Formats: sequence, C-alpha cells, structure tokens
Amino acid sequence: MSTTPMQTPKSASHLDLLESHAIFILREVAAECERPVLLFSGGKDSAVLLHLAKKAFAPQQLPFPVMHIDTGQNFKEVLDFRDAAAAKAGARLIVAKVQDSIDQGKVADPGPMGVRNRLQSVTLLDAINDNKFDAAFGGARRDEDKARAKERILSFRDAFGQWDPRAQRPELWQLYQGKVNPGEHLRAFPLSDWTELDVWEYIARENMELPSIYFAHQRHVVLRDNMWLAVGEWVVPSSDENIEVRTVRFRTVGDANLTGAVDSDADTIEKIIDEISIANVSERGATRADDRFSETAMEDRKREGYF
Amino acid sequence: MKTVTKDLLRLATVGSVDDGKSTLIGRLLVDTRQLFDDQLDAVQAASEKRGVGDLDLSFVTDGLRAEREQGITIDVAYRYATTPNRKFIIADCPGHVQYTRNMATGASTADLALVVLDVASGLKEQTRRHLCIAALLGVRSIIVAANKMDAVNWDESAYNKVVEQINTIASELDIASVKVIPVSALIGDNVVERSANSPWYNGQTVIEALETSDAGAWAGTQDGARLPIQWVLRQNGGGRTYAGMLCGHTIKVGDKVTLLPQGVETTVKAITNAAGPTSEAGVGLSIDIDLEAETDAGRGDMIATAPLPTVSKEITATICWFGDKPLASGQRLRLKHTSKVTPVRIAAINGVVDIETLKIEDADSLTTNQIGLATLQTADPIVVDDYREGRVTGSFVLIDEVTNATVAAGMVGRASFF
Repeated sequence: MSTTPMQTPKSASHLDLLESHAIFILREVAAECERPVLLFSGGKDSAVLLHLAKKAFAPQQLPFPVMHIDTGQNFKEVLDFRDAAAAKAGARLIVAKVQDSIDQGKVADPGPMGVRNRLQSVTLLDAINDNKFDAAFGGARRDEDKARAKERILSFRDAFGQWDPRAQRPELWQLYQGKVNPGEHLRAFPLSDWTELDVWEYIARENMELPSIYFAHQRHVVLRDNMWLAVGEWVVPSSDENIEVRTVRFRTVGDANLTGAVDSDADTIEKIIDEISIANVSERGATRADDRFSETAMEDRKREGYF
Repeated sequence: MKTVTKDLLRLATVGSVDDGKSTLIGRLLVDTRQLFDDQLDAVQAASEKRGVGDLDLSFVTDGLRAEREQGITIDVAYRYATTPNRKFIIADCPGHVQYTRNMATGASTADLALVVLDVASGLKEQTRRHLCIAALLGVRSIIVAANKMDAVNWDESAYNKVVEQINTIASELDIASVKVIPVSALIGDNVVERSANSPWYNGQTVIEALETSDAGAWAGTQDGARLPIQWVLRQNGGGRTYAGMLCGHTIKVGDKVTLLPQGVETTVKAITNAAGPTSEAGVGLSIDIDLEAETDAGRGDMIATAPLPTVSKEITATICWFGDKPLASGQRLRLKHTSKVTPVRIAAINGVVDIETLKIEDADSLTTNQIGLATLQTADPIVVDDYREGRVTGSFVLIDEVTNATVAAGMVGRASFF
C-alpha cells in the first residue's frame, strides 16, 4: 500500500463510475447473500469481473469461489487462462462439467460434434443446487442482447431456476436486496451497464491479461453459416468444405463449434479498440451461432436458467 | 492509448402508453448510428414478420416476446449511446399504469427525464402521474418531446399548447429545467436531424439537449459527505478500513467525521479508491476509509461529515406502494436503507396523493401504485437525510417478509408540492 504513489484528485470518468458501481454490487451481494459464487469462463467479461472482485475485497481473499460450466468444447487457450487467472487470484475454482450431466443421463447426448450450448443450463442449475449457492455473479452485459437489456442487475430465479421477465422485482436506486428463500437464487450482473467498448477501454486502462485468441493470429478455419470456425476436435470439415489459413481473432469466447472468428489484424488492445469503434456488426451477431436459433433465442434460454 | 474522459448521463423516458417513447429511443439510436447492421436487420425482420411495416423502431427496445406480440413495453430496457464527450445510459420505461413499479425502477437513478407526449392529445393523466413520480424521485430536469408533429401538419399552435401545459405542471412540481422540442420520432425530425418542417422553431434538437444537460446530478450535492459502510476490510498486519460508495459530498484525508449511529467523532486517516491511495474522493466512487480512532463499526453504520444526518427509529416518509394487497397501519415489513436492513412497522398512513390536484386526501390504506404519506417505526435506528437533500441516504425500499419481494419505494420527508 505504501509503495503506491498518491494520486492527484481528478473528476470521475465514465470508466471510474462503472468500475465503482460494479465494486459496489460485488460488495453488496457478498454481504447480503449466504453463499455467492462468481461464474468464470476465462472470457474477457468474466476476466474483468474477477479483476473487479479482487479490487472490491483487497487485501482480503475473495469471499466466494469461482465456477466454470465446462461444455467440454472450449478453446484450450481459454481453459489455460481460466486456471492461471483463478490461481493468481487465489480463488477456489469449481469446474462443473456438461459431460457429467450427459453421463448421469440428465440431458441427452448430442454426439461428439453436437451442440452443447443449451445443455449448460442443466449443469449450471445442478451445480448451484448441489453447492447451495444463493447468488451467482455473471459477466453478462445489457448491450449484448435485447432480452438481457431487460434484466435487472440482481435477477431473481425461482426454485426451478427460471427467469420470469414479466414479474421482475422492482430495483430502485442502488438498493440491491439479495434475500431469497431456500432453493431460490439470484443472478447478479455487475457489468450490466458496460458496453463492449467500455470493457476494452477498461482492459487497456488496467493493463489486464487475456486469453491469446482475442488477439489476431493465424488459424486454420472453415466457413460455415457465414462464420469462420476454427478447425479442430469439434469442427471437422467435410469433403466439400474448404480449409483456409487466415489471420483472425475471436471477438467473443464460447464453444469452439459455435463461436466464429473474425478477420482481423488487431494484435494489441489498442488496435482492438480501434477495430470495434468502427465495427458495423455487433459482437454476438458477428460470432455467435447460439443467438441465431430464433428471434427470442436468448430470452427462451434465460427462462430455462441460462446465464 | 487515447485518454478516455467521457462523463456519464443517466436518463429515463417518461410518458403515457402509445405516445411513442420506444420509437423515439429507437430513432435516437438509429440516427446517432449506435445500432449495428445486424441489430437493425433483426428489427426489420421482426417488423415484417408481425406485419407492422418496414421498420418498427419500437422493436429496438421492446425485446421480449410478449412485448412484440402486444406492441407495448412491459419492463424497462436499458440501452447505451456514446458521443465524443458523453456516455448515456438510457432507461426506456413502460407507460402502462400497471407497470408503474418498472417505470419507478428506471427513473430512480435518472439525472434527467425524457418526456414523450402525443402533441395531438397533449398532457394525459398517465403522463402527469409519471411526471409526478419522476419529480418525487428527484428528477429536476426534463426534456419534452412534443411528438407526432407530422400528424398535426407541424402546427405551431399545437406545439405552443403543449409548452403551456408543460410549463404549468413543471412549476407545480418544482422542476427547474424544462425544454420542449417539436419532433416526429417516426420520420426523425428534430431528434438528431434538424427538421425543415418547423422553421418557426429555433431551439435545440433532442440530441443537442441531451448533450448539454447536467450529468451526475443523481448522486447528490449536499454539504455533508456520507459513506454507508458496506464491508469491513481487514488490512494486512492488523487494522480495519471501511468500504462503501461515497455520496453527498467529496471527502478528504484529515476531515472531521462522525460514525453513526454510535456518535463517535474521529478523523479520516487515509482514503483508498479503486486505483489506490488518494487524498480526496468524489461522489459515486467506491472507496475505503481508515479512521484515526479505534472503533467498533460495521455494515449498516455510516461515516458522515457535518451537517450530520438524523439518527432515528421513527421516520415520516412518502411511499410509492407496489404491493398487490393494500398497505395499512400495523403492517410489518423489512426495510432496506443504504446497507442497513431492519424490521419495520407501519405506525400510521397519513394520507394519499391525488395525482390530479397534487393534494393530500385522507386515507387509512394505500392500494397498488398509489403514492401516500406514512409514519414508520424501525426496530434498529437508521441514519437518514431528507430525500431532497440526499437521494442515497434519503431513500429506502420495503420488502415483504415472506416472499422477499420489493413492495414499496420510500423517500424520507415529503415533497414541497403537496
């Protein structure tokens, strides 16, 4: 503490205010709930969330564990980052596996190449139940999707894990109240009011580390549904598909068979900020097949207990 | 790295159903190019699918299935816009009376209300109700979009009539700053692009008015600093600091402070914000404070500088009641005020507000969506300011003890206008 130089007072910028608001939410939920958990995938938003959680409780340890719902179809670079970041934060990492839900017969096996995105909700709700968590922090932002734009910062889930968008609790001022009955839980979204650009500007300001796949690199890709998918264990090109080597980066990080890469030369945070400042396609629109299933794909999944 | 020095303005839309709030926000986002191509394509596809024309701009914010089916807004949608010097957080609120609690959710943190009304029908009762709630919640600045000017052939006298109505109610409600702008959200006139149809209007467009309004009003500008303690941080090598979000006024190292409700007087020894040690901190920032005195302080207590807030187990307050069953005296609930939760009993209902006349009528209960005055007794003492002095330390919510639902918004004291 004594080694850090004293700052000169200046007026608060939008990043200072967003940061302070997120820290406020983290502290409030940690104080009001019995057993919170922080959902951590290793993606940029959850990395920002973990960074803010460390700030909120420093110099103490995090007063909650972190948990990843592992579909088994994640990028290796992201899993490595997940493990390293959790260890560096001194956090206890729980990994709940979709494969276990499949093995226990709780969800149907979509096959080795099959899409596991929607199955995550079952694994997530079971893990919340088994660990008796009453609050789960997530890195979701309201600018990501029109259903998320409607969700409260503290979002109530009933005993079945369901979100009811027509009966949300009023959320006045910053009086976040986190009391739930046994079996129910809350989702808490400290980054609700952040946009993709805010997240990157903050990552730059804080000089944060991220998984390497966010930065431009060369990769074997194949074009499916107008998206460049990374060729690998879960994306095996058929004979009529053309494998190309392109310079790409990932704008979001999800399952390897659902998340598209974008053509990009942005290999630094500054170049990424320039790139998204002039982008004409949204981050999920450019890269996420899971949102394209229907007009209300996100709302439907959230009702079932999705992130 | 470019320096990022934008400020932050929070605004909420206010007005009656079908006057065009969501369409105006859609227009604002489209014309300032905040929407991505794929989002615009999705709005277009949804419009065609439901047979509501080429591009129904209300679908930009009305994202729920039920909202699109019925063509109404059920709950608040939060959207974001950025201009070179400012980030906007826009709460697009529902207009229907049964969703008043959602409108109050959106307006409770707003610096400014963007009022939308249909120029042909003027000020409706629901708009009046919303304006009254926004004013109660402390909004002191409004921008009024006199919408659907195209439907009255840009008749200046229709606009003037709205200006007159708005000025009357704004003065009744003590709203300090009022701008009325003739617009067509549908066509996009005077929202971002200046209209050729209103040569008689020389004022600002909606975006110009938004860019020049005061930001950050909501965190309060009272004379005393307030730090409700959220969390006690144990420091390495012993010692404790007190963490929370500062409101009311800036605080400096060396300031004389009082720990409440204990009444212990001491001095600020050190301040840490999210970036590290600092000599001074501003409102709206999460900080932790080290005090000179060794004291027993915890969550729910407050560190304050003079003039000090009031410590009491009985408060009189203005209540917006959202519960399904009426609120009556004798009822027990939980109260959350800053970081303090305590049992509370309704000692008396002191009246209900007639929205039309802004007069207090006698009443012994409040029904859903009514606004009234009440006396409350808390089990533990709470540390409060009058709401008009401090929006954070003057506000509370009431919680149902069985369902844990938030059933009321409460403001300490009463507004000057009733």
